[in-house]
Amino acid sequence: MEFSFTQEQQMIRDTAASFLAEVSDSDAVRRAMATEAGYDDALWSRITGEMYWHAVHIPEDFGGLGLGYVELVAMLEEMGKHLTCSPFYSTVCLGVNALRVAATDEQQEKYLSQIAADGITATLAWTGVAGGWDASAIDTIYTLTDDGAVLDGRLRYVTDGHTADLLVIAARENGSSGEAGIGLFIVPANAVGVTRAWLPTMDQTRKQAEIDLSGVRVDASDVMRDAGNAWPLLSQALDLARIAIAADQMGGANQVLDVTVDYVKERKQFGRPVGGFQAMKHKAADMMLKAEAARSAVYYAACVADESLSGRATSETLAEAASIAKAYCSDAYFYNAGCALQMHGGIGFTWEHDVHLYFKRAKSTQQFLGDAAFHRERLSRQILGDTI
Amino acid sequence: MKLTFSPEDEAFRQSIAAWLAENLTGNFEKIRFRGGPGDEHMFFEERREWEYRLAEGGWTCVGWPKEHGGRGLSIEQQVIFHEEYARAGGPGRVGHIGEGLAGPTLIAFGLDQQKQRFLPQIRSGKELWCQGYSEPGAGSDLANVRTKAVFDEAKNKWLITGQKIWTSLAIESDWCFVIARTDPESKGSRGLGFFLVEMNQPGVDIRPINQLTGTSEFNEVFFDAAECDGDCIVGEPGDGWKVAMGLLGFERGVSTLGQQMLFQNEFDEIVRIAKGNGAAQNPTIRQRIADAHIGLKIMRYNSMRTLSSDVGDGSLEKAAMIYKLYWSSWHRNLGNLAMDVLGPEAEIIESAPYDLTQLQSLFLFARSDTIYGGTNQIQRNIIAERALGLPREPRPPVKTKD
Repeated sequence: MEFSFTQEQQMIRDTAASFLAEVSDSDAVRRAMATEAGYDDALWSRITGEMYWHAVHIPEDFGGLGLGYVELVAMLEEMGKHLTCSPFYSTVCLGVNALRVAATDEQQEKYLSQIAADGITATLAWTGVAGGWDASAIDTIYTLTDDGAVLDGRLRYVTDGHTADLLVIAARENGSSGEAGIGLFIVPANAVGVTRAWLPTMDQTRKQAEIDLSGVRVDASDVMRDAGNAWPLLSQALDLARIAIAADQMGGANQVLDVTVDYVKERKQFGRPVGGFQAMKHKAADMMLKAEAARSAVYYAACVADESLSGRATSETLAEAASIAKAYCSDAYFYNAGCALQMHGGIGFTWEHDVHLYFKRAKSTQQFLGDAAFHRERLSRQILGDTI
Repeated sequence: MKLTFSPEDEAFRQSIAAWLAENLTGNFEKIRFRGGPGDEHMFFEERREWEYRLAEGGWTCVGWPKEHGGRGLSIEQQVIFHEEYARAGGPGRVGHIGEGLAGPTLIAFGLDQQKQRFLPQIRSGKELWCQGYSEPGAGSDLANVRTKAVFDEAKNKWLITGQKIWTSLAIESDWCFVIARTDPESKGSRGLGFFLVEMNQPGVDIRPINQLTGTSEFNEVFFDAAECDGDCIVGEPGDGWKVAMGLLGFERGVSTLGQQMLFQNEFDEIVRIAKGNGAAQNPTIRQRIADAHIGLKIMRYNSMRTLSSDVGDGSLEKAAMIYKLYWSSWHRNLGNLAMDVLGPEAEIIESAPYDLTQLQSLFLFARSDTIYGGTNQIQRNIIAERALGLPREPRPPVKTKD
């Protein structure tokens, strides 16, 4: 048992920290978040061309780095700390994960190689306009044809859905419900019948879109594995994505603590640093407890994610680790960001100070892929069984 | 990072599990899962016999270095030992203060002759230890110790006078380590000594504290010129604080994983009841049970991280510093959950006058978890000051004379 970073993993995190400090400072974040695309092409080019992060867990056979989830969460932690605006999460944690889990060998060869080589972006879309994060949220309809499938429906809350080059779409057979009848399809964003609209969001650092599919034809070669029974595959991809967003949250939860501690050491009232008051110290201590516990949850879940991707962990084990990490990190980040805002006092309420960016990202990521209550209920079904 | 144990460690797991299955039987059957925190008053004689059995098998002091009579287990194997011990329902150890606190302190700070005198007796379970730190006026402000130690040249003995409180296992123990003031003019953490005091002597009077649980794990200990041999001070007079604080460092460690197995047993019992009485259908209870599950799992991951090798970024120290605050809060909440899962039945005790069920005992005793060994408020001060570098609490100026 060895439950800490290796020297190499530590180096990856340090490299990410110094690179992002340079390219993803407050000014860069604010410039990117103010745009509809939500990111700077030049930064994405450096991430894909120079750092090669987008290929971190793409297998070497397809031109990737062939590293694992521990390396991935090390990068995500730093991106969470820096509020990094980029299509990294959608491409790597939604797109690549979905492809690794549900794509046929030919599809992996084609699309993972393309992502690794060209840095094309990707995302995963499944939730319909009614919202929700479980199988019942899927309401796009697919109809199998002689040469593939046709998709019709409207998808909402799609991360980077308006900019991604490649869409992985979850749809269901007409008349099916729940976890039955689910299929996954690879759709180039420029396919005929695809209409995409940016949804302006309260958290401007993570972009969302709505996607209309109207008679979109999918070639047979782009129908992913187990069409009609693909929920377990999608569920695995979503759990991997949950662990990834939990890493972003853990980074954020740590960062707002650090920023706040620095501030309350400097800010003086009543003739002394406000950080010397127990009301502040005890809040800061609670924040550290949550930040550290979040870190432990994410590291463990990352190890399980690696085992899942190599077929050594059951879907229940992955689901448990993912729900634990997502539930805990969601609430830890929101708690810490809320404390940070409060402990900054008036300055924390201004647009100029970055604390609101973390506060908003904490809320948006808390909702995304299921909030803490969603995941606690999911865990309670494992522990207690379903309700009658 | 990897989650699995090596084949050698798994083989070790088999061997300790097998030993426990073979030995925790017969007379010892009734002490399985007994004698833990809140239950330390139960089955003392049987648990003492069990301590001898463990010692015969070489299963006491498993983490001590071999040269001091321990088993010299690796961190991984210590983890496994504590996990298997708790899984098998191994009873609360009567020797845990000697093994976990007194012994490591002597190994770190004691003279060779002190080690030779005391360590074998701890390892064999022949001598039990208790801890004399807190006083009525020295709780969170532990350095405010008033108990005095005066050296009597004629007798070549230290004479200890004062009152200690919250001493668990005082009645059963043979020895007590005591911090007492060697310099009567001193205040705070200076001028203290660390003494090894024999309990069975005329100058020591023990009075059980009647707790809100109706039981008496904790005691008051009165020292009235209690005698302590000249060579039973650890470190020099004045070094007592350093020795005592070094000892606090031993209090969190691998045994935390065994503690978590006990918590797991309690959690499993609550789940069993919830499934049986319909509480498992209540959405609020479901949320709270899942939350307790999340909390316990992360407690384990956090300990695994604490026990793993450090890459030098200081993160492990932080993971270790949150431990007391984390587990005590979690355990207190588990007690609340247990009562709410039981519903109206939570009120009905085992028998009059005041025998509690195990879950009632958990609920009430857990209220001490957030107080002893540094209250949650003190823990937060420590985290804020030592881990986050926030300003220290202002302290009143120390007067040299009253």
